[in-house]
Amino acid sequence: MDLYKKTASEIKELVLKKEIKSVEVTEDLFKRIDEVEPKIKAYLTLNKESALAQAKKIDEKIARNEKTGQLAGIPIALKDNLCTEGIKTTCASKILNNFIPPYDASVVKRIKEEDGIIIGKTNLDEFAMGSSTENSAFGPSRNPWDPARVPGGSSGGSAAAIAADLAFLALGSDTGGSIRQPAALSGIVGLKPTYGRVSRYGLVAYASSLDQIGPMTKDVRDAALFLNVLAGQDPADSTSVPLETPDHLEKISRGVKGLKIGVPKEFFVAGLDKEVKESIDQGLKVYEKLGAEISQISLPHTEHGIATYYLIAPSEASSNLARYDGIHYGHQTKSSKGLIDMYSQSRSEGFGDEVKRRIMLGTFSLSSGYYDAYYLRALKVRQLIKQDFDEAFKKVDVIMGPTSPIPAFKFGEKAANPLQMYLCDVFTVTTNLAGLPGISIPCGFTKSSLPIGLQILGRPFDETTLLQTAYAFEQKTEFHKTKPRI
Amino acid sequence: MGYEIIIGLEVHVQLKTKSKMFCGCLTGFGARQNTQVCPVCLGLPGVLPVINKQSFEYALKAALALNCQIADFTKFDRKHYYYPDLPKNYQISQYDIPFSHDGYLDIKVDGKTKRVGITRVHLEEDAGKLIHPEEKESQYSLVDLNRTGMPLMEIVSEPDMNSPEEAHAYLTSLKEIMRYLGVSDCDMEKGTLRCDANLSLRPKGKKELGVKSEIKNLNSFKFVSKALAYEAKRQAELLEKGERIIQETRLWDEAKEVTRSMRSKEGAHDYRYFPEPDLEPIRIDEKWLADIRKTMPELPEARRSRLITQYGISNYEANVLTQEKIIIDYTEQALLKAKEQNVTLASVTNLTLGPVFKIINKQKIEFSEFTRKVPPENLVSLANELDKKTIVSTMSGVVLDEMFTSGKTARNIIKEKGLEQVSDKNALEPIIEEVIKNNQKIVADYKGGKKSAIMALVGQVMRASQGKANPQKVKELLTKHLG
Ligand SMILES: [Zn+2]
Repeated sequence: MDLYKKTASEIKELVLKKEIKSVEVTEDLFKRIDEVEPKIKAYLTLNKESALAQAKKIDEKIARNEKTGQLAGIPIALKDNLCTEGIKTTCASKILNNFIPPYDASVVKRIKEEDGIIIGKTNLDEFAMGSSTENSAFGPSRNPWDPARVPGGSSGGSAAAIAADLAFLALGSDTGGSIRQPAALSGIVGLKPTYGRVSRYGLVAYASSLDQIGPMTKDVRDAALFLNVLAGQDPADSTSVPLETPDHLEKISRGVKGLKIGVPKEFFVAGLDKEVKESIDQGLKVYEKLGAEISQISLPHTEHGIATYYLIAPSEASSNLARYDGIHYGHQTKSSKGLIDMYSQSRSEGFGDEVKRRIMLGTFSLSSGYYDAYYLRALKVRQLIKQDFDEAFKKVDVIMGPTSPIPAFKFGEKAANPLQMYLCDVFTVTTNLAGLPGISIPCGFTKSSLPIGLQILGRPFDETTLLQTAYAFEQKTEFHKTKPRI
Repeated sequence: MGYEIIIGLEVHVQLKTKSKMFCGCLTGFGARQNTQVCPVCLGLPGVLPVINKQSFEYALKAALALNCQIADFTKFDRKHYYYPDLPKNYQISQYDIPFSHDGYLDIKVDGKTKRVGITRVHLEEDAGKLIHPEEKESQYSLVDLNRTGMPLMEIVSEPDMNSPEEAHAYLTSLKEIMRYLGVSDCDMEKGTLRCDANLSLRPKGKKELGVKSEIKNLNSFKFVSKALAYEAKRQAELLEKGERIIQETRLWDEAKEVTRSMRSKEGAHDYRYFPEPDLEPIRIDEKWLADIRKTMPELPEARRSRLITQYGISNYEANVLTQEKIIIDYTEQALLKAKEQNVTLASVTNLTLGPVFKIINKQKIEFSEFTRKVPPENLVSLANELDKKTIVSTMSGVVLDEMFTSGKTARNIIKEKGLEQVSDKNALEPIIEEVIKNNQKIVADYKGGKKSAIMALVGQVMRASQGKANPQKVKELLTKHLG
């Protein structure tokens, strides 16, 4: 029946109209997964039995004409750094290889309350540290557009799952671009909400002041549908903001007439791939035709984004990851002499290279004698970056540019040089540092058929405008409908 | 050479909140190991802390009572160190912006008041406990995380104390205030108050401080005094010999009554403090503080002065009665009633200090249990019977015991048990005659000039009358008989 090709919104409609059953959808999807997953490796854990059981329950609910949730009958994939009660949550790390959380993340709870169906946990760079999934302890995921290339990261498994029609909705987490960059590289929609919009409770922390959970979807409408469920204050997360959640679907087709779009000149610099640049220029033209006003702006501190990010994120990570010591849960070394040795052996064996690199970086920058020069300084630059955006948003409604400077790269191409890899985040990290919402949408392909992502950034808590802007583009283009041949 | 002792104390007080500081777990003492835990206090992946408002308000109360300046802006920080009783391997604490600072506590030693400065008071979460098995060769330790995440307040004093007695008075006063506020039990045995001490010596007349040692493992107020006295002596002896004091941590060995070096393997610890990103900073405004001040009781020192002037009780009585808030609350209610009913106030305080305390100690009960069974008005009615001399004053204990066990009023008990004082000559005469007959030796002593011997005979009469005889009357009649 090829139901798997449909969007989440289409599936929901069909299920609610009783034209198909959620069980059929789920079965069809698992059939697709059986065929394609071996080539893509998007998932770390599949949850087939309980997914089917859940689908059956929802079908029964619908048959009884009971009120159903906003995600009724939709199969959903979760990045494996989101805690799921009774389902392994590994963060793609050996240190949590067999960790089964006794609780659900708040977003998982919401999905369940809204009758969504959890089908599995997707691959990621270990503890969400990376831009390619090559840092997964369980092997990388593959880009559905070219299996020799990375799907991006760290939410690469979720991106690949959506791109390859292995899920209808997926959750990712974005600390420095980890939703938007893989969305761009895999040709899907990825939305990073404003910091504080979505509860982080149950998201295994990488960098607490930057982490944010968000939807990864086949189109913009699905992203709006999913965000409606995810957003909202959570008493379990003190940093979640007590704001009313608007209905992001309601005014999604309002259009962009008169919308002021700012294009930061700092996003068009050396290192930006020529084909990516052309696609973005084409995309801006589409907006112009739709009646938006485009102007150049400046975000002068953009160049310090990477340096600032790679002090703040590792500092917080060094603290957040201190708990993985093999004492209470997770990997414990088999051979150790005494307590200190047990800590160091368990952690040496359990963590991968990139995680160790960032823990060391963070430990160093928080050490007495270095704190002021590194961590504190980074906090100050973070303020400057924030001010750049504050200034810009006095003049424009949204900011546009490339999500990633390059399209999907080959395995191993950047893995040997961490700094090269870090530069993948050059256009995305500042959004996290400023706490703003951002979305990446498909806006073209390279000559070799690799997807290109357009990034749109908005004012704090103005995901509505972001989604309207993205939706207007999608209505005029076909990029999101183009599917990879697997 | 004479030395001046310089002491500073660092006290940790566990706050008596219903739930833990950052999660909803209960805080009761003595629960089975690892039963008062949840994902948050276990520090499982993905959890986030949410501050318990009550813990913060308790801490504010305490800091206000210690005359501290309250910060209008405060935040939490993470303090990192690895230990199995700390599941996150960092403790949520406060580093550079504690919520309060620069306070003081007035203490009394030998009748003189002394002001001890408080450097800072901050709030943090407690760690769990390691349990080491009994067997010597055991290869493991067990972890109990029930205590993990309990709210803990750290109170750091200035080095303003100059003797172990002053340190003891400081702790006593601190504990008294915390208990008055109802924010902590401050029970060292249960670990709800923990104390580390810094001590150094300074040659008399000199300005600069000497090298200090930090003393840990002080598990009672008594040990604090003993350890400080020992440490002062140890340091003085070293200095006398011309040796140097090393800055170090020393443990009090309660069996040997010495302090010994902890062999500082830790070295200088780098805790890598940084602001806790999972918690929003807290702003404290005047309105909030005003609301908290409204809920604060009169503090012990102020209450003592007032009681002395208002009820004319002695300094000693005031001190004893105000040690616990519940006792003086009870006594004061009784005193107010007594005033209304023209009952002698001394009868009330005498009852509290005597028979009431006796019941509490003998029955090993909480004062609250006593107040439930003998409300203040019942105590006043007993005092009234004493005033009216319905019973002999020594019978008050017997009556009160019965009031406590049966809940009946003094009047009823006296009636039912026939405990009224007997002053009737006709009733007393036969007993007196009997006593004289049976105690010829004492009678002879008396008659031989030893006038005090009569008291022994009074005692005999009292006993024979089951304590009911009016002692004055008995003495009068005896004198007549023997005269
Ligand atoms: Zn708990």
